[in-house]
Amino acid sequence: MVKTIAPAASGIDPAPPGTVMLSAAGIEKSFGPVRALQGVQLELRAGEVTALMGENGAGKSTLLKILTGDLQPDAGTLTLAGDEVRFTDPRQSRLAGLRVIAQEPEVLLHVSVAENIYVGALGRQGLMFNRAALFARADEDLRRYGFEKVIRPETLGSALSPAQRQIVEIMRALVDSPSVICFDEPTSSLGDEEVVILFKLIRQLRAEGVAIGYVSHRMQEIFELSDNITVLRDGKFVGTKTTADTNHDDLVRMMVGRDLSQFFHRDPVVPGETVLELRGVTNSHVTDIHLEVKAGEVVGVSGLVGAGRSELMKTIVGDLRVDSGELLMGGTTMSFKAPADAIAAGIGFAPEERKAEALLLKRSVRDNVALARLRSLSRWIFVRAADERALAAEYIARLGIRTPSSEQLVGNLSGGNQQKVVLARWLATHPRLLVLDEPTRGVDVGAKSEIYAIIDELAQAGVAVLVVSSELPEVIGLSDRIYVMAGGRITGELARDYVTEEQILALAMDEAAADPDLSTSLS
Amino acid sequence: MSRPLERSTPVPTTQSTATLRSQPPIETGARPGIFRRVLEVVGVQNISLLMAIALVVAVIGSQNALFFTVGNLRVIGTAIAISGLLAVVQTIVIIMGALDISVGSIAGLTSVSSAMIFTATGPFLGVVGAVGIGMLCGLLNGCIIVFGRVNPVIATLATLAAYKGVAQLISDGRAQGYTGADGFFVFLARGSILGVPTLILVLVIIALLAHVVLRYTSIGRNIYAVGGNDIASRLAGININRYLIGVYVATGAVAAIAGVLITARTGSGQPVSGSEGLELEAITAAALGGAALKGGKGTIAGTILAVILLGILTNGMTLLGVNSFWQNVAKGALLVLAVVIQQLRSGERRIGLPG
Repeated sequence: MVKTIAPAASGIDPAPPGTVMLSAAGIEKSFGPVRALQGVQLELRAGEVTALMGENGAGKSTLLKILTGDLQPDAGTLTLAGDEVRFTDPRQSRLAGLRVIAQEPEVLLHVSVAENIYVGALGRQGLMFNRAALFARADEDLRRYGFEKVIRPETLGSALSPAQRQIVEIMRALVDSPSVICFDEPTSSLGDEEVVILFKLIRQLRAEGVAIGYVSHRMQEIFELSDNITVLRDGKFVGTKTTADTNHDDLVRMMVGRDLSQFFHRDPVVPGETVLELRGVTNSHVTDIHLEVKAGEVVGVSGLVGAGRSELMKTIVGDLRVDSGELLMGGTTMSFKAPADAIAAGIGFAPEERKAEALLLKRSVRDNVALARLRSLSRWIFVRAADERALAAEYIARLGIRTPSSEQLVGNLSGGNQQKVVLARWLATHPRLLVLDEPTRGVDVGAKSEIYAIIDELAQAGVAVLVVSSELPEVIGLSDRIYVMAGGRITGELARDYVTEEQILALAMDEAAADPDLSTSLS
Repeated sequence: MSRPLERSTPVPTTQSTATLRSQPPIETGARPGIFRRVLEVVGVQNISLLMAIALVVAVIGSQNALFFTVGNLRVIGTAIAISGLLAVVQTIVIIMGALDISVGSIAGLTSVSSAMIFTATGPFLGVVGAVGIGMLCGLLNGCIIVFGRVNPVIATLATLAAYKGVAQLISDGRAQGYTGADGFFVFLARGSILGVPTLILVLVIIALLAHVVLRYTSIGRNIYAVGGNDIASRLAGININRYLIGVYVATGAVAAIAGVLITARTGSGQPVSGSEGLELEAITAAALGGAALKGGKGTIAGTILAVILLGILTNGMTLLGVNSFWQNVAKGALLVLAVVIQQLRSGERRIGLPG
């Protein structure tokens, strides 16, 4: 029989709560002329959740990489359970009991969840490995941590949603019974239901005496979960606070060094004529969608991950086919065969997966901004270089894209600035309808508020905006109206002034309650 | 149509944005010096190729004075013309993230058919017919890949064999026709304009054309985009299928021109002997020139420099009496060395398969 993993508590005797398990002090790290970290310190204590906050580019990811040994610090010390350590490889830190849960976990696509979890540590009987025993072990472990409803051991890696990949990654870490676990924005790809499960798990680990680091942009989570909060800004240590002694505004000030009094602000716009209308649109991903967006309106689409929001957006922009029902732009029935047709009809689309689906990372900012309207920048087939440069410069200034020049490779920009490049590409086409799928995912607080301001300005200028977001405060703050989706259908429409997070959640789980099959595929 | 963000007075909501925008941009440091700017225009890759060429020229020239004669330069030029043509189109295919292994076979097939059509009709139809057949071959490659959903390497590996077979079938495996007495074919093989051999001129024209298309046109920019990120390209309105098929058709056409040149040089249509292995030479040159097999990266200038480097290396080693087996070893070593240096410079971590 294959040995099952030991639960975290039964490994080495847990240190008494409050003991400093991991301590980093005076950490310095430079990449060429860029000083990524300067004198950074961090302490993770047994039985406590320490949140690590900061804007994108503040140095959180670099610090995590130094903790695991993925990167070596230029100066400073790391102490793990009282001993000074120096890791040159992530494997060493793993053996020493430190795990970091990656933000976008890698999953082997053609093998099962069980094999993915125990990869590198598959149980064996002689030379053969016992599949049935492996599945049983995976099932037991998934149950122990409360994931049995959201993920099955035999599911193939390729069929996993981002949320389920996250769970696989977490399970991989738990196999080693680590004494320190760091989560790198674990909820950015999770739906609300999975977030509940994750939080329960984190609290369970905390109770077992594990020292937990938690990187997130979401204030609400941090207040709900953490005991302490450490803030970094521009690679420097700003301070550590006890969660109970601080508040939202305080933290934002620490992170950005300035006040963001009006995080969301929408000036009411009298909606114009209907720009986009869907009448009973149905395909293999969505069913009977009725939806309407007017000029000057910001319409939110909410729902759990897997509710079909992204698929609906891809249907609207011509990437997925409409099987039945009608899609109208400005009152005219459209049949888009490819995104090119939707662009011609005045639709711009910033997809959810910025790097994979929108950006040419190895090309310049200029190239990326001009991509969707090269033809109009060309005389016959020759691109007018001066016009193209002028266009790039114009949008770099308007959207405040922080880049040394328009020739900088997009891959070298921060997440927020990359997102602004995607927005610039579509603003440059002067769209009548802008479709934004998770426009602020992985974007820091400062850039977020800038993106909100851009969206508001667009609406003021009469553009119809359709926004998908997993962050409820964001949807509520931004939208004039909100459609809630579940199981590929729209389950409700809410007006801005009367909306609460509870209402949205109730509608989002609507379908799940009615259809028992969905509870396993939901994610 | 509304023009977003074009308001003369800032809307009140942009207050926070305005404060953020007033932040200084990222430090760019001092203005780049002349050296840096030259480096940026020419590219590090091309500079190192130029240095390698200079080194090889110096070493061989110091050993054998014959190397610098005009006659020898013409020998080098005419020797690299045909593989150079294939390297240029291969570079475009590679930038799109694909590969065309069948170019050698297309050259063979069009060499034979140009000679056969020439014998039946005349030189004009011989060339036009060959180019037409080359384009058909490219069209078939593109359609197999796009509509049959076959990986480009596998698809063109298959047509590499099939086109070679067709060439052997129609020629019964033997050289066909005799073009050595025709004025046009002789002009192609041995003629010159203003002292520059025709073969070299053909390469220069095609290379310049490819360079201009890639660098200065929307078509070229979209080719880089498709190779760099095909999903993003599609969502940005690019018809990826049209580009893929178009590039394969263009590749077939250029391979056919190479086939016609083979016929001209040998004086008859060669089903296999003049073209076998050219596809690998073309890929070698493109890779040496800095094209990344993952797509989205590469230049015609780099490929041409690589073709020249390989050409003078072969010529020089022959002049120095290095036996041809060792020449192959040297070329292989050069490619590995060049790519290793390139990869180490990129700072990629040495784990698993290279990116």
